[in-house]
Amino acid sequence: MPEIVFTRALERHVPVPARKVGGATVREALLEALGGDGRLRGYLFDDQGLLRRHVVVFVDGEAVHDRQGLGDPVAPGSRIFVMQALTGG
Amino acid sequence: MADQLQLATRKGLFLLARRGGRFRVERVPFLGDPVTALLEDRRDGALYAALNLGHFGVKLHRSDDGGRSFVEVRAPSFAALEGGQGPSVAQIWTLAEGGVDEPGVLWAGTIPAALFRSADRGESWSLVRSLWERPERRSWFGGGYPEPGVHSICVDPRDPRTLLLAISCGGVWFTSDAAASFECRSRGMYAEYMPPERREDPNIQDPHRLVQSPTHPDVLWVQHHNGVFRSTDLAQRWTEVDAIRPSKFGFAVAVHPRDPATAWFVPAARDERRVPVDGCLRVARTRDGGRSFETFGQGLPEEHAYDLVYRHGLSVDPAGEELAMGSTTGHLWASSDGGER
Repeated sequence: MPEIVFTRALERHVPVPARKVGGATVREALLEALGGDGRLRGYLFDDQGLLRRHVVVFVDGEAVHDRQGLGDPVAPGSRIFVMQALTGG
Repeated sequence: MADQLQLATRKGLFLLARRGGRFRVERVPFLGDPVTALLEDRRDGALYAALNLGHFGVKLHRSDDGGRSFVEVRAPSFAALEGGQGPSVAQIWTLAEGGVDEPGVLWAGTIPAALFRSADRGESWSLVRSLWERPERRSWFGGGYPEPGVHSICVDPRDPRTLLLAISCGGVWFTSDAAASFECRSRGMYAEYMPPERREDPNIQDPHRLVQSPTHPDVLWVQHHNGVFRSTDLAQRWTEVDAIRPSKFGFAVAVHPRDPATAWFVPAARDERRVPVDGCLRVARTRDGGRSFETFGQGLPEEHAYDLVYRHGLSVDPAGEELAMGSTTGHLWASSDGGER
């Protein structure tokens, strides 16, 4: 199962421990990690459900290419890092 | 005399208390986070703080113990549209409480320019569609931000169904039916930043800040991009106050809590040079409805001052004696005698 790790900068606002998740794409993995927690989801996604402009997601060290659809594939052993983009300061 | 001071800053919410005659910082909730709006609800004492986290979006927190602890409540948001093509709230720019007979009712003004209403102390919000769907909205534009925004909400103390909003840049808007319908009320204002044929278009005016006299709610003051304006008929007609000194450009205005003829401003040099006139920071006060002004600088920097007091950076206490103002360069000043020192 892919592992998802959130930036410590987010931990300051909401508890988001690293966890194993299912899913074949970044979107599926992220949505499983966030579950039904609308509050947590709002930290990573905007009102329209798009990844926030100043959040960046890496899969096995590579920034995702499909920021809008988050359709980049993830493998069972992938590590997904959700980081703050320095464009946001 | 006010003994507490609450400052919403880019670096957190600073809660100050007067101890031994001086204000001292007591607590700093949200240290390091931009606090874009603050409301102390006079009906139940709740304190609301809106945050704009650079990476993680707009948040709203409420305290029911005077700022000792906060809980995150729902922030206003737009409904998601197909394909993610709709808007997102970029900032909560102002918060206002509903009427005394409307417990739990809150209003939020946002960027992009929208009005949201909560009936449950911020646990949920609904977009006011009557304003959002006005066709004039397509002509509005940003003032200081890429998108237009609602920065002032005045709830009429006589009737909370009557509201006035100010939008940069979209003029002043009025409702008397609890936001079921709106009309633009910017007549008399002018915009030097527009082509001549659009100069008096009410829908593109840039009122930097709108305040309403609590005791004479028909009296309103606006610090506009192009000058100071006053209305005595609930915004049906605005008249320029050209006696303002040392300049007519600025952002902030505060009105006296009892005397509608008394108001304070913090002028800056001009649009294209947003620093104090001659590097000397001054507060301007009128006590005769804008016919004349006094300017005060005692205790303020007299040279090499580059402070700008932005829209919400000037406040007066319920007695009309204590003034406080904070600048974009991080300075805070307080006065106990109506701004004179």
